[in-house]
Amino acid sequence: MVRADFDRSLEELQGDLVGLGEMVEKAILKSMDAFERRDLTGAYEVITEDDQINEKRFELEEKCIDLIATQQPLAVDLRTLLAVLHIAVELERMGDYAEGIGKICMIIGDDESVPTPLQLPRMAEKGVAMLRGSLKSLVERDKDLANDVWDSDDEVDSLYDEVCHQIFLDMGENPKVIEASTHFLWVAHDLERIADRATNIAERVIFMVTGKVGRYTPPNKVDGV
Amino acid sequence: MDLDVARHRITSIIGPSGCGKSTLLRCFNRMNDLIPSARVEGQVLFDGLDLYGHDVDPTEIRYEIGMVFQRPNPFPKSIYDNVAFGPRINGFQGDIDEIVEKSLVRAALWDEVKDRLKSSALSLSGGQQQRLCIARALAVEPRVILMDEPCSALDPIATLAIEELMRELSEDYSIIIVTHNMQQAARVSHYTAFLMVEETRVGFLVEFGESRQLFTNPEDERTEAYITGRFG
Repeated sequence: MVRADFDRSLEELQGDLVGLGEMVEKAILKSMDAFERRDLTGAYEVITEDDQINEKRFELEEKCIDLIATQQPLAVDLRTLLAVLHIAVELERMGDYAEGIGKICMIIGDDESVPTPLQLPRMAEKGVAMLRGSLKSLVERDKDLANDVWDSDDEVDSLYDEVCHQIFLDMGENPKVIEASTHFLWVAHDLERIADRATNIAERVIFMVTGKVGRYTPPNKVDGV
Repeated sequence: MDLDVARHRITSIIGPSGCGKSTLLRCFNRMNDLIPSARVEGQVLFDGLDLYGHDVDPTEIRYEIGMVFQRPNPFPKSIYDNVAFGPRINGFQGDIDEIVEKSLVRAALWDEVKDRLKSSALSLSGGQQQRLCIARALAVEPRVILMDEPCSALDPIATLAIEELMRELSEDYSIIIVTHNMQQAARVSHYTAFLMVEETRVGFLVEFGESRQLFTNPEDERTEAYITGRFG
């Protein structure tokens, strides 16, 4: 088969990217677990393990550059490599947000006097689901699934607005929680950005599949079909 | 010039016209011996044997180090006879049918010609003819294959088919290819040598290394200028 070697390289690259996504997912889940349980050991691990995510991102970039330089990709191959380059950066930044949550855990310490707002674990859950969906849409070249991920961002944004509103109310009512609540705001911000990055990945998948930037618009269906 | 050609890898030789790429390639199986004015300095070592040693028979070398040329040059004979030619003149006593089939399979041509082995080789397309020439070279079981611009007379699809074949063959053979097509060198080869020509000297090696390194981050600014099209 013509270009079988190049096709194998592209498959390997996609496998590496999904592997990076799994590392990031694990980091997000672990950081939130550490945050909710005030587990400083877990938080410290998330911080130190971020280096592996960074290394993997640069490794992927290097492979992309090698393939662009040596294989002269065109059309969907070119879009795929450009998408992988972008997505690797998005994933690495998501890892940084997980690391950020780990750092906040270290600042808060084991103080459980101020309860964690309920919206935060829900935001994390949705963000991770969006991450999984975005990578699934990449593997399956599924622009409709990428659209679904894109749409899910509104839910995370709503939760973010809700949690911020509640935190501000709490701060106003009880000045003793201001310090802890400020940290909660930062966690909320990190989680909101994680969902935004997953949306960016979905956007790149749509570009990869359709060649167009922006949300995928399905062609009008004929009535009755 | 000092150059190591790796076993079971593809090494490309690139450089501007007249820089001595083909001359260098022909050093590897003493094809330059056929040029009356040619003279030899230095050594070409093949598994430790100096190919230019006094007791070395150039014909023997060419069985070990085969060659495929720029234009497909099948003999005006049948497909079968083209592949069988080398083993026959070699006095091969075994099963010629087997060698012909094996060589055509290895050259990724068998499926396309197995039902018309007695047809003229000249009835094949350009890409098929070039794969036939590769099969012919493989039939004498060489260890190294030299390719001098093997795709320059082929269309892009036939070119990619030959490149894919080269990658497959590199698992069992060492391949050295001369090409004007830098993109081809980048696509297909594991290692690349960049040669240059200047007013006072011809055919000197500027840079040699892994292709991925040479085409993404060359060490020499002359290589950078050449591969980015800013040369001369």
